[in-house]
Amino acid sequence: MTSTVERPVSAPPVAPRRRFVLRGPGVGLAVGAVVLFAVAPVALSDFRLSLLAKYLCIAMVAVGIGLAWGRGGLLTLGQGVFFGLGGYAMAMHMKLADAGPGQMPDFMLLYGQLDALPWWWAPFRSPYFALPATVLLPMLVAFLLGSLVFRRRVRGAYFAILSQALAAALAIFLIGQQGTTGGTNGLTDFQGFFGYDLDDPVNQRMVYFIVAASLLALLLIARQLIRSRYGELLVAVRDSEERVRFLGYNPANVKLVAYVVAAGMAGLAGALFVPAVGIINPALIGIVPSIEFVIGVAVGGRATLLGPVIGAVAVAWARTTLSEEFPAAWTYLQGLLFVLVVAFLPGGLASARVLLRRRSP
Amino acid sequence: MSGLRIRDLRVSFDGFKAVDGVDLDVAPGDIRFLIGPNGAGKTTLVDAVTGLVKASGSVHFGDAELLGRPVHQIARMGVGRTFQTATVFEELTVLQNLDIAAGAGRSPWSLLRRRTSVPTVVSEALETINLTAQRDQLAGTLAHGQKQWLEIGMLLVQDVRLLLLDEPVAGMSHDERDATGALLGVVSRDRTVVVIEHDMDFMRSFARTVTVLHAGKVLSEGSVAQVQADPKVQEVYLGQGTRDA
Repeated sequence: MTSTVERPVSAPPVAPRRRFVLRGPGVGLAVGAVVLFAVAPVALSDFRLSLLAKYLCIAMVAVGIGLAWGRGGLLTLGQGVFFGLGGYAMAMHMKLADAGPGQMPDFMLLYGQLDALPWWWAPFRSPYFALPATVLLPMLVAFLLGSLVFRRRVRGAYFAILSQALAAALAIFLIGQQGTTGGTNGLTDFQGFFGYDLDDPVNQRMVYFIVAASLLALLLIARQLIRSRYGELLVAVRDSEERVRFLGYNPANVKLVAYVVAAGMAGLAGALFVPAVGIINPALIGIVPSIEFVIGVAVGGRATLLGPVIGAVAVAWARTTLSEEFPAAWTYLQGLLFVLVVAFLPGGLASARVLLRRRSP
Repeated sequence: MSGLRIRDLRVSFDGFKAVDGVDLDVAPGDIRFLIGPNGAGKTTLVDAVTGLVKASGSVHFGDAELLGRPVHQIARMGVGRTFQTATVFEELTVLQNLDIAAGAGRSPWSLLRRRTSVPTVVSEALETINLTAQRDQLAGTLAHGQKQWLEIGMLLVQDVRLLLLDEPVAGMSHDERDATGALLGVVSRDRTVVVIEHDMDFMRSFARTVTVLHAGKVLSEGSVAQVQADPKVQEVYLGQGTRDA
């Protein structure tokens, strides 16, 4: 009987010169900020800019996945749950605000099954409840779930499958509750966003700037976490959980922090997705979108700060462009892309730079 | 300084009795070697003391009962161990490895900030384990012996009072063995050390007391000379014992 110290199943392969990549983010962040705030708003049409806002929302989810998966080894295949909780919290508030004081949202009247607003809708009328809830509700769910799961040492593929099952369950639940959640249609047809008319292109640009600023804020949070002692500890837990335990830490708590932070980021992303895109529905938060979040992160490079963002935006952009041209082929292309990255570039696009540098003399 | 007191320790896996009623006393400041043939239960005993496997009986370190507590709590009570294969965090630097080992009691606030300076215990440990020059090297790039020393260094900064080392010199060169033995001497000045080892030369040079385990039970105990003279030990080590002697 030997005391084996097992690597988690999802532990990424060794990237020996990781520190090279880590030097970049300070400069990368600054360049990114200039592109998002100065270049994109000037260079892009209103339509393209609102598409970019949508991609940036997906990139916000990716920042969290980069932290939880890339740094913490938690393959979060169910971030759609937290994205959805944030999105629905925001959408419920916007629906109630559109309806006006004391009124019910239009779709509830349309389906005509309800006499009064369900009790769990009522608090979302207040922006002071709804806005914090978009972030805190996902974090609370992640905390409860993570406490259960990590303490029982569920990890690797089992954790991934569990996350995914949860995303499926939430989507199915929402579809089943058509009268109170809009069912398959979800919540849509929003008129205003905190008093601003969403049909006005100027206000759409404002939403874009809010999204871009939020993304930068999340990147700064992630950067601080990665560079802190906690970030070092998280990598240690990823690579050798048992060893960390023998140093007197409870790895469950270390993982829980990353998981809860990632959930909060996904929640904020979902909340901003609603005014940026104008809809939230079960198809946007189930298994398929949850996997797509992860694919973007894998393509960009999960263990770096900016890799997940670049990957998420690139994949989302490719999806829009290619599915316009070849509607049926996108799914296959996406699968092919994922296979190629996993097979030939396990560190993602971010590691290509290091590989190139190593080959050149 | 505290000593280790084990009474009637039993561990079984699906009916197989890996540790079968072991009583063991290690005095404070001792360097105790646990030897025995493969499958004698040496590593399982250390696993039981550190909370990795479930066991019955009692294990006291100082006044505190260790059995029944989770691994990380036992670690915080001052009990540290190494593994047969060195397990350091390969993608972190030597400094980061030691800093994490030193930090189990850190507040959330200090965890969320960057390390601004090298803690004193860490720089002292770097000197003790002779890795100051490798401070900023990734632990994965260290030589085998250096990894083992880094592990011992991690126990030092963790400020454990009882070190349980599982085959620390396996695969080391002769010089590295001597350096490790000297390190044990330094470490044991204010700590209690238990070493599992197969290397008989190393044991003869550095053990203060020896316990021989066989089939989950204590076969013999005493000084190196006493244990070597014990006919029961010679019988168990038939072949192996005569070759090494």
